[in-house]
Amino acid sequence: MSAKSGQTIFDLGRPGRYALSLPELDVSARPIETLIPKRLLRQEAPRLPEVSQVELVRHYTRLATKNYGVDSGIYPLGSCTMKYNPRINEQLARLPGFAGAHPLQGEALSQGSLELLYRLGRWLSVIAGLDETTLQPAAGAHSELTGMMLIRRYFEAQGQQEQRRLILLPDSAHGTNPSSAHLAGFEVQEVSSDERGMVDPVALARQVDERVAGIMLTVPNTLGIFESDILEVSEIIHRAGGFVYCDGANLNSIVGRARPGDFGADIVHFNLHKTFGTPHGSGGPGAGGIAVEKRLVPYLPVPLVVRREDGQYALDYQRPQSIGRLQAFYGNFAVLVRAYAYIRMLGDAGLREVSGGAVLGANYLKERLKKIYRLPYDRLCKHEFVLSGAGLAPEVHTLDIAKRLIDYGIHPPTIYFPLIVHEALMIEPTETSSLEELDEFVEAMSQIAKEAQESPELLQEAPHHTPVRRLDDVRAARHPVTVWPAG
Amino acid sequence: MSEFIPHTPQDQRQMLQTIGLSSIEELFSDIPQQILQRYRPLGLEPESELEVARHLRALAKKNANPDENICFIGGGIYDHYLPSVIDYFLQRGEFLTAYTPYQPEISQGTLTVLFEYQTMVAELTGMDVANASLYDGSTALAEAMLLARRVSGRSKFLMAQSLNPNYQAVLRTYAWAADLELITVPLDRNGQLDRSFLRQRLNSNDDIGGLLMQTPNFWGLIEDLSGLKELLGPALLCVSVNPIAAGLLEPPGACGADIVTGEGQVLGNAPNFGGPLLGLFACHKSYLRQLPGHVVGRTVDLDERTGYVMTLQAREQHIRRERATSNICTNQTLLALASTIYLASLGRQGLRRVAELCAQKAHYLAERIAALPGYALRWSGAPFFNEFAITTPVAPQTLLDHLRRRGILGGLSLEPYGDGQTLLIAVTERRSRAELDAYLQALKELKA
Repeated sequence: MSAKSGQTIFDLGRPGRYALSLPELDVSARPIETLIPKRLLRQEAPRLPEVSQVELVRHYTRLATKNYGVDSGIYPLGSCTMKYNPRINEQLARLPGFAGAHPLQGEALSQGSLELLYRLGRWLSVIAGLDETTLQPAAGAHSELTGMMLIRRYFEAQGQQEQRRLILLPDSAHGTNPSSAHLAGFEVQEVSSDERGMVDPVALARQVDERVAGIMLTVPNTLGIFESDILEVSEIIHRAGGFVYCDGANLNSIVGRARPGDFGADIVHFNLHKTFGTPHGSGGPGAGGIAVEKRLVPYLPVPLVVRREDGQYALDYQRPQSIGRLQAFYGNFAVLVRAYAYIRMLGDAGLREVSGGAVLGANYLKERLKKIYRLPYDRLCKHEFVLSGAGLAPEVHTLDIAKRLIDYGIHPPTIYFPLIVHEALMIEPTETSSLEELDEFVEAMSQIAKEAQESPELLQEAPHHTPVRRLDDVRAARHPVTVWPAG
Repeated sequence: MSEFIPHTPQDQRQMLQTIGLSSIEELFSDIPQQILQRYRPLGLEPESELEVARHLRALAKKNANPDENICFIGGGIYDHYLPSVIDYFLQRGEFLTAYTPYQPEISQGTLTVLFEYQTMVAELTGMDVANASLYDGSTALAEAMLLARRVSGRSKFLMAQSLNPNYQAVLRTYAWAADLELITVPLDRNGQLDRSFLRQRLNSNDDIGGLLMQTPNFWGLIEDLSGLKELLGPALLCVSVNPIAAGLLEPPGACGADIVTGEGQVLGNAPNFGGPLLGLFACHKSYLRQLPGHVVGRTVDLDERTGYVMTLQAREQHIRRERATSNICTNQTLLALASTIYLASLGRQGLRRVAELCAQKAHYLAERIAALPGYALRWSGAPFFNEFAITTPVAPQTLLDHLRRRGILGGLSLEPYGDGQTLLIAVTERRSRAELDAYLQALKELKA
């Protein structure tokens, strides 16, 4: 049974059908116009679908089968840390005491939630090697914005807000970094990566002056390389009076072994949906959080979860220097429950095994694939490495390799990022991938390299077996249709 | 060996051999020794699934048990019924464990859902277009302010005092960071937006970029939007809504709003102690290319079959970097899925029914509380939807403690928000008449 391509829930059903019955009104009914003046009422009911429950279930089941998740197979999407999401965490996040908790039910009735947030915050401070953590940011980019705001507030308090206007970031940075810095009112300046794919301390020292508020560094960086001069880099920034912001997107490769605070980071953000195994949910919700060093603690968002002397947990709003609120309540709590459970299940030994397994898998793949594909930065990598898809065959691009991988039942790596690698293929297997899966991936990549030379059209026209083939992005952007009915 | 990591010692040896190393530790030799030596563990032993579940169950029990505490608290998060089909789909691995749909050929499930979601958000708000979600209602309104700044080039914004105080706080944070000035529009004597202040301010000042407001407002009162856009002129009218109320109320789009945002938690998502939430964002089509975050569009494949892609990506941070319309990357897709299924379940008549149940039951309770000696509606001159403020004869906290002893979470004391002796009470379709009557009975007993 195949449904029409592109079919939406609006294309289904008949007037009068519905998928959920509701209770009858059990208080005396009043004409609605006597409660709310008629001129404020909707003239007609909103055009929503009219489908039976079975139509609804079949529609979304069909759609589910058109998706590919970590549960479907290997997902080596660089920079996204697509690791297994333990099923028990879904149950735990749905415990009625957690899921049903209203954020305004008061501290006395929320001790379980607050204790969890407090403990998780303490653990993350230790993992970061820093002093205090807020879990309010909703995602990685939101954390970056929070961190940049903290730096700005700090310099305002020092009376240096006019002077400290500049945030440095390497040319390999995630796009969210410059965007977040800009949103917090900073100017951004790029630092070129050297031939090793790292920040060159000598060049950096020349670029740094008293205008620098900080540097945003992803460690390990987006090439999967640990900045081996990080201590020197941090010292240069600190000597100039700036802060070192560590983008923790790649924390999965050092967790349990090295702490950003120990290499000079003053702020670290966490992507709990990457490092701590919470599901990506097709693009969210994630959960953020940042750990900071002492000087920045007074500026953290309100409220801060604290433990009082009597052992009760509380929300501290008495923070006069705080940057304020970043979202309506206390962060993506249900996601944080999952991260908390994940850390408890793994413990110290398990966290160390996570980074060990992630780095082992990445280096294994790198060694095998560099014999087939160009590897511009060939050194020990951490969680990921970046190949170039260029030069396989004329007229074959990285996009074609990625799409052909889909035919082999494999989710493609991140492509065309980082920008400093031509035709980039950014590969992060995570500790989730078994040796057999890694070998299957190598086998597929090797077949594709052969096909590129023997029958390039197989790549150029890929994928062949998906519900839709390559889609026309240009048409989508030139003639945008973003709501039903189309046209 | 953790159950989440499939490498056996034999596998490890084989992989290390291929790499040319003899231990896992050597894989970290590029990290300076002094960093590795400073490492300090958490002091946590690994725990089995059984042990962790036991611990978390105990922790969850330290919260109020929602099965034994009838919830009348609102203030931005509401206790609506969650249809059973939603959670079934949220737990399907194809939705739960996928990432942002950057590879559309194997993401048509998510992309189709987001297209449906955008359609529903546009429909409920009465706007032309919507994005694929933002973090929550408060940041969605902050993004509306930033959009209004981009298109108007103006840096002063009017913010309604009747806006949820937590949203006001978020707006203040974002406005500070973006060097914008917020001017508070006070309440009129009915607890609504003071139009005479608005008129005066707009006349004396032509550099206002927009008005940021909410309906129903923080006190539950429905704001009359008619004529506001005419007053504002080129300044943008940005309205935050409750999408359940949209089943009953004229959408802001019909009243000339430029941007409509809202909190989507009410559409099939659990309260979850305040997160994750769902930021709704819709606007007039002329701002399509100014939208923050992901947008899904319809197109065709090589064989002219209909399909969906993330589109207009030139706005976004991974392309535009510091000039992007927003820094958002990961959004709230799974909650958008829940909301889409929620709205599809209720359907055309169902959403209106839910909204009517909320409104009828809230009015039932409000009228009966207000009739008790010493109690009165805080604002009696304006209509409300499903939330209302009551002035109380005793301190609200005393009253809440009393109700709590009877298994009722009686509402939100507005004392911390500067409105003494006032309680904000929310009623949803989940509240039965027996529960409403129990609330009334408890108040009567307090007097005795």
